[in-house]
Amino acid sequence: MSLKLKKGVNKQSAYNLRDPNLDYEAAHTLSIIVDNESGVLARVIGLFSGRGYNIDSLTVAEVDPDGHRSRITIVTTGTPKVINQIKAQLNRMVPVHEVIDLTLKGKAVQRELAIFKVVANGNQRVESLRLADVFRAKVVDSTLKSFTFELTGTSEKIDAFAELMAPLGLEEIARTGIVALLRGDNSS
Amino acid sequence: MTQANKITGAEIVIKALIDQGVDTVFGYPGGAILPIYDELFQQKKIKHILVRHEQAATHAAEGYARSTGKIGVVFVTSGPGATNSVTGLTDALMDSVPIVVISGQVPTFMIGNDAFQEADTVGITRPCTKHNWLVKDTNKLAETIHKAFEVAGTGRPGPVLVDVPKDVQFASGCYTKKNEIKKNFIKKEPSIDLNMLDEAIYRLELAERPIIYSGGGVINSGQSAVNSLRNLVAGTNFPITSTLMGLGSYPASGKNWLGMLGMHGTYEANMSMHDCDFMLCIGARFDDRITGRIDAFSPNSYKVHLDIDPSSINKNITVDAPLIGDVSQILSMLIARWKERGSKVNKKKLTAWWKSINSWKEVQSLGYENSSSVIKPQYAVQRLEELTKSYNRFVSTEVGQHQMWAAQFMGFEEPNRWMTSGGLGTMGYGFPASIGIQIAHPNSLVINVAGEASWLMNMQELGTAVQYRLPVKQFILNNERLGMVRQWQELLHGERYSHSWSDALPDFVKLAEAYGIKGIRCEDPAMLDDNIREMIDYPGPVIFDCLVEKHENCFPMIPSGKAHNEMILGEQTEENSISDDGAVLV
Repeated sequence: MSLKLKKGVNKQSAYNLRDPNLDYEAAHTLSIIVDNESGVLARVIGLFSGRGYNIDSLTVAEVDPDGHRSRITIVTTGTPKVINQIKAQLNRMVPVHEVIDLTLKGKAVQRELAIFKVVANGNQRVESLRLADVFRAKVVDSTLKSFTFELTGTSEKIDAFAELMAPLGLEEIARTGIVALLRGDNSS
Repeated sequence: MTQANKITGAEIVIKALIDQGVDTVFGYPGGAILPIYDELFQQKKIKHILVRHEQAATHAAEGYARSTGKIGVVFVTSGPGATNSVTGLTDALMDSVPIVVISGQVPTFMIGNDAFQEADTVGITRPCTKHNWLVKDTNKLAETIHKAFEVAGTGRPGPVLVDVPKDVQFASGCYTKKNEIKKNFIKKEPSIDLNMLDEAIYRLELAERPIIYSGGGVINSGQSAVNSLRNLVAGTNFPITSTLMGLGSYPASGKNWLGMLGMHGTYEANMSMHDCDFMLCIGARFDDRITGRIDAFSPNSYKVHLDIDPSSINKNITVDAPLIGDVSQILSMLIARWKERGSKVNKKKLTAWWKSINSWKEVQSLGYENSSSVIKPQYAVQRLEELTKSYNRFVSTEVGQHQMWAAQFMGFEEPNRWMTSGGLGTMGYGFPASIGIQIAHPNSLVINVAGEASWLMNMQELGTAVQYRLPVKQFILNNERLGMVRQWQELLHGERYSHSWSDALPDFVKLAEAYGIKGIRCEDPAMLDDNIREMIDYPGPVIFDCLVEKHENCFPMIPSGKAHNEMILGEQTEENSISDDGAVLV
């Protein structure tokens, strides 16, 4: 690999250099149990931004009020080496108790919730309601000109619904990001 | 608990520190930490060293910590006090030095209001500490401080910060003793993979061209790790090299010593790393200064990596046998099992391997052309080494060429004798570090090998040295240049010396005199020995202005983007030696 740079006149950043260890990249869903203390999310996010890792999706909420523990679910993309680094770096943090790689651990249930606002008249309005029924989306709010649908499912399902609604007057979407747990009777 | 048992937050801070066995604090007062300073004034157990800039407090604490194995403690005020400590915190994080910084903060009810001297200290220091805390409840203050010491000192050591708002310092609360806190926040150390250990020992026994590469982790792990390392080297007769951080874990006078490895390491160390078939990395992290070009790093070796931090494993270099845990523990297990199996090594091949290594040694990669008219910086360091090595001596450095020359030409027989900023490369580290070291070792000879540019970055600490009568010796190799920057500009940037020299240096002798201490200027190689002796014998701080050759380059050198076996040894061979790809790297 040659960058064809002239000596002393580098305009190129080292970040553009291809990673010699480039391997295939894959999405991993990480479930992280943390102390629910101030700044913990900033720590986790700071680790990702500071070390140049991707965040495709992130959710967080307290799951054990007595133990003050929260579960952070992060979907991230990287080579196996990068994913291992991410897990090791997360494990190093003081408020992090457990990092579970759901993608490696086996099958996981992954769900996302989204709310769609569709503004339409006539046939389009009827069609949006019909498609919502097909997708088992719930109508959670309505005016004479609009529907607000709530839909739960995999990210693919939500993508598909969004695509269908787009020509039917889709105005706004809000998505939660992915939450996930391992399938079966084992707790992760 | 009754009101009578309650004490103020400021008292809690001091009590907790005493409980932790702290006897020295480096710091600088200010509005938001005044209650703590008031308590400090009313007790006798903790000695406070007033620095002249908060960055220096953190470096002094690092010098104190690294030369003693204890935890360094720093007090700073809110806002600028805290932001000034950021460089020291980052330095300590990169070099795994345990320090605890206690920062004052504006009162809790003013946080977020852009109050006077307010800064988001926990936000700013989050990425440059192992962990940090903002304490909003006086009842939790003692517990948090004890936790902070645990976090700083356990596992891979590092810096922590506790931010204490002023109202929390004034309010009354309960004190929690050191041994009363829950330790559920401490990471469990993984158990050692015994199969992996056996595999590593099996490979060690068969190794034809082995090398041991040790780092700062051996020193952090303590004297038993150092002893184990020395036993292993003695038992196996394997060659050993160390990183900049690891110097002293194996004695420089030891017969298996190859000198430092890496970008400015010796030819024999780097060639051995490249050609070996078995590498035992102990408490080091395959830093980019060590590896050179990653894809050409030691291509044919079986690599064993001992480290306490799982995130160091396979970060830069993929290894065959990672052994995660405390170095002293794994090393003693490794040695015990190796002995159980009969203390075998591949003696015949090892003899041949030493022959190759000795032929590399003959290259004398640290050689330089001496001069009788001008002091060569290498010569100055060599003479300093000769004349001081018999002393009970501690050495700190700044960052740059002088640092590499000191690493190359000074020999360390024991750990914790060599304090230098490795990971972060902080110019301005050495002078305050030497102050911290001298505080911890009042009767030892403490020398800071410096470059004039680095030294000027924290020269205000002359006040601290004088105030506490610390006889620190500032040995400045003065080339009136940013030597390492100049060297890179010569090699990489077409000899365009953009802003790498200073046109306004002080007269260092007069500067010393302005502070009432001794200044020595030396520009004649013939006078060097006498002048160095004069520096050693003077019972107070000395600034030694050693005027050296201005255009000397530091060799040998692995140019960026090159492999270990592509070192350049001196001026003659450097033509076109750095590729375009390499030029992009730092």
